[in-house]
Amino acid sequence: MSRPSSRIARRFAALKEQGRGALIPYLQACDPDYDTSLALLRAMPGAGADLIEIGVPFSDPSADGPIIQAAARRGLKGGSTVAKVLEMVGRFREGDSDTPIVLMGYLNPIGAYGPERFCADAARAGVDGLIIVDLPPEEADLLEGPAAAKGLDIVRLVAPTTTDARLPVVFDHASGFVYYVSITGVTGTRTASSDELAAALPRLRAATDLPVAIGFGIRTPDQAAAAVRVADAAVVASALLATLEDTLDEDGRATADTLPRVLAQLGDLSHAVRAARG
Amino acid sequence: MQETQPDGTPAGDAPARPNSLRSGPDARGRFGIFGGRFVAETLMPLVLELDQAYAEAKADPAFRRELDYYLKDYVGRPSPLWFAHRLTQELGGAKIYMKREELNHTGSHKLNNVMGQILLARRMGRTRIVAETGAGQHGVATATVCALFGMKCVIYMGATDVERQKPNVFRMRLLGAEVVPVTSGAGTLKDAMNEAMRDWVTNVRDTYFLVGTVAGPHPYPEMVRDFQSVIGEETRQQMHAAEGRLPDIIVAAIGGGSNAMGIFHPFLDDASVRLIGVEAAGRGLDSGETAASILRGRPGVLHGNRTYLLQDADGQIDEAHSISAGLDYPGIGPEHSWLHEIGRAEYVGATDDEALAAFQLCTRTEGIIPALECSHALAHVARIAPTLDPETLIVLNVSGRGDKDIFTVAAHLGVTL
Repeated sequence: MSRPSSRIARRFAALKEQGRGALIPYLQACDPDYDTSLALLRAMPGAGADLIEIGVPFSDPSADGPIIQAAARRGLKGGSTVAKVLEMVGRFREGDSDTPIVLMGYLNPIGAYGPERFCADAARAGVDGLIIVDLPPEEADLLEGPAAAKGLDIVRLVAPTTTDARLPVVFDHASGFVYYVSITGVTGTRTASSDELAAALPRLRAATDLPVAIGFGIRTPDQAAAAVRVADAAVVASALLATLEDTLDEDGRATADTLPRVLAQLGDLSHAVRAARG
Repeated sequence: MQETQPDGTPAGDAPARPNSLRSGPDARGRFGIFGGRFVAETLMPLVLELDQAYAEAKADPAFRRELDYYLKDYVGRPSPLWFAHRLTQELGGAKIYMKREELNHTGSHKLNNVMGQILLARRMGRTRIVAETGAGQHGVATATVCALFGMKCVIYMGATDVERQKPNVFRMRLLGAEVVPVTSGAGTLKDAMNEAMRDWVTNVRDTYFLVGTVAGPHPYPEMVRDFQSVIGEETRQQMHAAEGRLPDIIVAAIGGGSNAMGIFHPFLDDASVRLIGVEAAGRGLDSGETAASILRGRPGVLHGNRTYLLQDADGQIDEAHSISAGLDYPGIGPEHSWLHEIGRAEYVGATDDEALAAFQLCTRTEGIIPALECSHALAHVARIAPTLDPETLIVLNVSGRGDKDIFTVAAHLGVTL
C-alpha cells in the first residue's frame, strides 16, 4: 500500500539515510485562534518538526484525555471547521512543500463534509495523510477509495490490545506509516516504559515494512529519544498543548509567550531526537 | 427470536421468516446503513471479543435459563399489562393499556438489559463494570447488579444530571458504586458516554462496559434489544389473553431507544401494529433546544455507531435539551434510524410542557407516578386517543417510575420541597 512518491515516504526515506528518527509534533487547529495556529504551524519545521500532525477539533473526542479535549474546545471556539483546517494547510504549503502534514481527528466532521469532497480538497490543500481515530479497518471502505484516488495515506493506529492475528488486518489497510498507541488509555495520561516499548516493536516490525511512530504519553525529550531508539518517529501532542494552554491569558487568548514557549519546547524535543541514536 | 401464530400466540423456536424485519443486524452490525463499529483500535479487539462471547451465550440454553431465573425471581417479571380504565375514560377514545415496566426491581425497564449483560460479563471473566447514565435509572440498575454479584462498579454521570437526579445518585452510592460526575460539555448523557468510553479504553483488561441503551458499537444495539425484547414478548401474550388479538398501536418514549426497541421488536413483522416512538422535543422541535434526533437530526457517526444525530453543518454534535435527563441525548439507537427510514415505525415529538402535563394526568387518573421519560409517550397517547374509536387498542410502555422526578416536577410547578 505504500506509495514511494508520497511526501511521507520521501521524508522517512531521507531520515533513514541520515540515520535518525522523526519528531512529529501536534497542534490543534485554531487553538486558540486561526492566526496563532497558522503561525505556530509555519514555525514548526524550523524548530525541528519532521512531520506535523494537525488535530481537527471535534465536539466529542472520546479517545482523548483532558488536555486534548480542552484544546479541541479552544479550537472550536477559535472558529475551526473542516474547511478552515484545509485552508490553513493550504497557506502553510505556500511556504513549505516538503514537510508532511497529517490530519488527525474523528469521522463525523469528515462525513458531514463528504468523504470524496474532503479527500479531494485535502489533497489539493497539501495534506498527506489521515488518522481517523474512530474508523477501524472494518469500516474503512468509507474513506479508502476516495483517499487512494487522491494519493492520501491512511495512517493506522495499532494498540497494545491489537492481537498478532489482527495485525495483518490492520496493516492491509495502512499506508504512510503506522502509529503505535503505546498505552491502553486516552492521550496524554500514562507513559509506556522503555521495556514495554522494546517488547512491542519487534511484533510490529515482523508484520509491516512501514515506518512506525510511537505516540500517547511521550512528554519529555528523554521519552522522545527513547521512542526513536526503537521506532522511526515520536509523536508529541499533549505536552505541547499543555504548554500552549499555560501561556494563554485569562480569557484564553494567545500572548507574546505562546509561540516562543511552544517552539522552545519543540526545539528541546528535536535536539533529543536528533542526538538519540548518536 | 420467537415466531408466532396469526393470532399472536408464540409458536416455539421456529426460525425467523425469510423476509423478517427482525433478522438484523447483518454481519457488520448494520441495520441498513446504520450501526457498525466505529471505535478506536484499542477497543476494536474487545468489541470483536464481545460479539463472539454474546453469540456463544445466546446459543447456550444454560445462559438463557440463568437469565430467566434472575428475571423472574429478582427483577420480578413478568410485569403486568394494566388496562388503564380511568385514563381511557378521561381521554374518551381508544382503549389504553399500560405495560408496567416501572414495577420491575429498581423501578424501570433498565434492569432487563443490565441483568443480561452482567451475566455475560461474568461469563467473560470481567471483574470491573463501567456504565454511563443520564437520569440515573441505568446507573442504579447497574449498581444494583454489581451489588448482587459483588463486582466493582463505576458510573459516569454528567454533572448537570448529578444535580437534577440527586435521589438516584444517592441510591447508586448506597449500592456501593463510585459515581463520577462528568463536567465536560453540558454535563449530560453524551458527556457521560464519552467519559465511560475513555475509562474502558484505559482499563480494557478487566473492565466490562455495560451500555444502557440500544446504541454504541455492534453488538451493543443488538444485544440490548434482545435483552429488552422480553417487554414486547410479554405484551404480545398478555394482550392475547386480555383481548384475544394484537394491539393496534404501541407507543414508547425514545432517548437512546431501548424501552421502545424492546416493546417494538417482537411486533416488527406484524404490519397491522402501528409503532410510534416519541422523542423529547424539549422546548419545541424548532426551538433549538430539543433532543429529537430523528425529527431534527441527520445521519452521522458518534459513540461507535452511524445513526441520526443532532449536529451542526460542520459535523459537530449539538447539545440536546430535555426536561428528562434520560432523553437528553443527541443520538438514537441505529435500529430506530433504520425503522424510520424504511417507514416501519413512526417518530413524533412531545415537549417538556406536554410531558409535565401527562405526568400529572397519569398520576391523577391511574395512581401511577410515571417517569418523565415515559410521560413523553403518554403525552402523545393523550393527543391521539381521543381521535380513535373505542375498539382501538393502544399499549403505552410505562418504562419507569417517576419518584426520581418529583423534585424536577415540583420545581417546574413552582413548589419548593
